[in-house]
Amino acid sequence: MEVTIFFIAAIGALAGAVGVVASRNPFYSVLALIAHLFSLAVLFLLLTAAFVAAAQVVVYAGAVMVLYVFVVAYVGGGGESAWDSIPGQRFLGMLLASVVFVELSAAILSSALRALDTHGPDVSSGFGNPAAIGRLLLEKFLLPFEATSILLLLAAVGAVVLAARKRDQLPSGGDGSGDPATSLPSEDGGLATRERDAGAPSERFAREERPPAGASGTTPIRRGASEEGAPVARSVSRPATSSGGI
Amino acid sequence: MDIAWYIVLSALLFCTGAAGILIRRSPMVILLCLELMLNAANLALVAFSRMVGNQQGQVFALVVMVIAACEVVVGLGLIVAIFRRRLPLDVDDLRELRG
Repeated sequence: MEVTIFFIAAIGALAGAVGVVASRNPFYSVLALIAHLFSLAVLFLLLTAAFVAAAQVVVYAGAVMVLYVFVVAYVGGGGESAWDSIPGQRFLGMLLASVVFVELSAAILSSALRALDTHGPDVSSGFGNPAAIGRLLLEKFLLPFEATSILLLLAAVGAVVLAARKRDQLPSGGDGSGDPATSLPSEDGGLATRERDAGAPSERFAREERPPAGASGTTPIRRGASEEGAPVARSVSRPATSSGGI
Repeated sequence: MDIAWYIVLSALLFCTGAAGILIRRSPMVILLCLELMLNAANLALVAFSRMVGNQQGQVFALVVMVIAACEVVVGLGLIVAIFRRRLPLDVDDLRELRG
């Protein structure tokens, strides 16, 4: 019975992992990763790690994957053009990964750990349940526990700073950065407020014509030129790099 | 089930994630493959914890989970910031740190 469950969960986890790597649409990658995480939770249960399995399902498949789904929906996914910017990148990547796998398997199978070929020792029924893990976290590992909480706080603040700064800059810099479609009927009177009101549609409009290189190149020039003389030199050099990348 | 099966499966999952990081070019999929690798390490940690009969490996796996969540949050924030600057979401084009 245990063997059957192990192989079903292992095949599910492997299929999920391959699906993450192989699917072209990032949304399908996220869904495959969710399936992978559920299979891993089953494996954790087989290893009598009930609390880790529950945390895997609740935190990972519940919370983190929702974040991924939102970002994929926001960014739009797709658009991964050709596969080989380096010639033979696909083949070389797979070759390197399989070499690493062979090496790891050799290390595992020739290991001196005799206990690898056993089920592990018999453990009490409370092994890995929330009470035991909580006692470990709050008694023996109190300092790492607090350190991870501080790290989570820092990551949340950092993500807010990273993602929200541009939202402040886009409407305020919008008095010069509107694309021609919205700034054409520009009387000088209510320009700033109208631009601010039309900020969201113009942003969406500009995003639809993002793929041509000119659309991404013209807006920074105009924004930089409207501010001062000094940022012009920096912003003029930007389209060269971005269009060179495209 | 022998512990060695779990460890070999963990190695296989790790290499799948590594291959994805080497092959794919969208930053979001690369983050997903990073998750695969971290989860493979988690599986190995829990399996070794079962092998020794000690629960401390599970605490370690939980900490790895927290680190992965932090990494995801910062990485997705970066992706959103890149997207707002209308830069291409492709790691071959994003080779300069200059904003």
